[in-house]
Amino acid sequence: MLDIITTQWHPLLNGLWNTILCSLIALVGSLVIGTFFALLEISKYRIVRLIGSIYVEVFRNIPLLVIAMGFFLIVPMYIAKISGFAAGTIGLTLYTSAFIAETVRAGINSVEGGQLEGALANGLTHAQAMRYIILPQAFRVVIPPLGNQFINLVKNSSVLAFVAGFDLMYEGNLIANDTLQTMPTYFIVGILYLIITLPLSYYMRYLEKKLA
Amino acid sequence: MQNFINAYSWINIRFLLQGLWVTIEISVASIICSFIIGTFLGIIRYAKIKYLSAIVGFIIDLIRNLPLLLIIFFTYFGLPNIGIKPEIIPAAIMALTVFESSMVAEIVRSGINSIDYGQTEGALANGLTKWQALRLIVLPQAIKNMLPALVSQFISLVKDTSLATIIVLPELMYHAQIIYGQNTNYIIPMFVALAVLYFIVCYSLSLLARYLDRHLA
Repeated sequence: MLDIITTQWHPLLNGLWNTILCSLIALVGSLVIGTFFALLEISKYRIVRLIGSIYVEVFRNIPLLVIAMGFFLIVPMYIAKISGFAAGTIGLTLYTSAFIAETVRAGINSVEGGQLEGALANGLTHAQAMRYIILPQAFRVVIPPLGNQFINLVKNSSVLAFVAGFDLMYEGNLIANDTLQTMPTYFIVGILYLIITLPLSYYMRYLEKKLA
Repeated sequence: MQNFINAYSWINIRFLLQGLWVTIEISVASIICSFIIGTFLGIIRYAKIKYLSAIVGFIIDLIRNLPLLLIIFFTYFGLPNIGIKPEIIPAAIMALTVFESSMVAEIVRSGINSIDYGQTEGALANGLTKWQALRLIVLPQAIKNMLPALVSQFISLVKDTSLATIIVLPELMYHAQIIYGQNTNYIIPMFVALAVLYFIVCYSLSLLARYLDRHLA
């Protein structure tokens, strides 16, 4: 096991970096898209609500692998050449945004209705009320579930291995195939994933207890 | 358009449906196994048995925080390194069960915790043993609370079976790959078909989850 670390630390670190990078990009992207669709889902207009919920249901109920592979294979055929990393990250962003939309919507619903009424009564427009009154309160409630989504994101980023995304899982596979020491390699890869996810998961549990 | 018509020939559709059937079989087998093992582990974790609960809890946390793909690789490519060589289907079920039962264990533990401790106290005061109180009083109520979460966990299990395509498990995703591997014109029709088939299975489960949520809670 030690010889794998000493000889292969470079690809492993590179993979770890790509995994973190992909997760962070997808987190920011899916937060923006997810919040947007959450707002659509609570709109006054029925047709807008319908668009929001179709987006959420579609991306929630299709495997991430199908979405990422679809982007990886279809986009270069018709639109533009993209790398596996880009295709995987886009797929991951869209997939996660559906879950984040649900989380944010639940957060918005948890804010008391009187808050919105009060804001409107004080002369704010609906958009302003959302922006300054409701969303800031909703985000405090959804921080622990969002953290859990981020942990899922880091774990799900392993599908980049399917689309040649050079993430931790992909590099780990290459090393496993090169050295034929599959067991020790996957062990090290697992520890590297746990270094990111385990502390986050304990911190989120602590936050949940504190906020509850 | 012609691509779609050619791609959805009866032979291809039948091949996809065979894959879907394997997906469902593997999912059902893993759901049953992970429900049994997960409930057992959740109870151990809840019961606060000296050392055992802490160790089980830590192992559950480790598995929960690993990617499922890694666990699949580990069971199919890693275990042969130490002399255990599982077949494809048992390896897939094993990997899914290990991962999902740790998820189920968390759901069961929080489900049991959501039941007021007064229920247990009352049962004990009425002369039931601890095990009887758990089995007859607490668990039936807890299962009601955790059913929606369990069903959504099982939805992600169905979606996650697609990852087992990497160990050539002949499920839906793998069969689609075989079809579009023969003709690149079939890529888009196949991904549309994949999306539709997975959506039908998972969405009907989501509707079930929503129904349970509304009628039980």
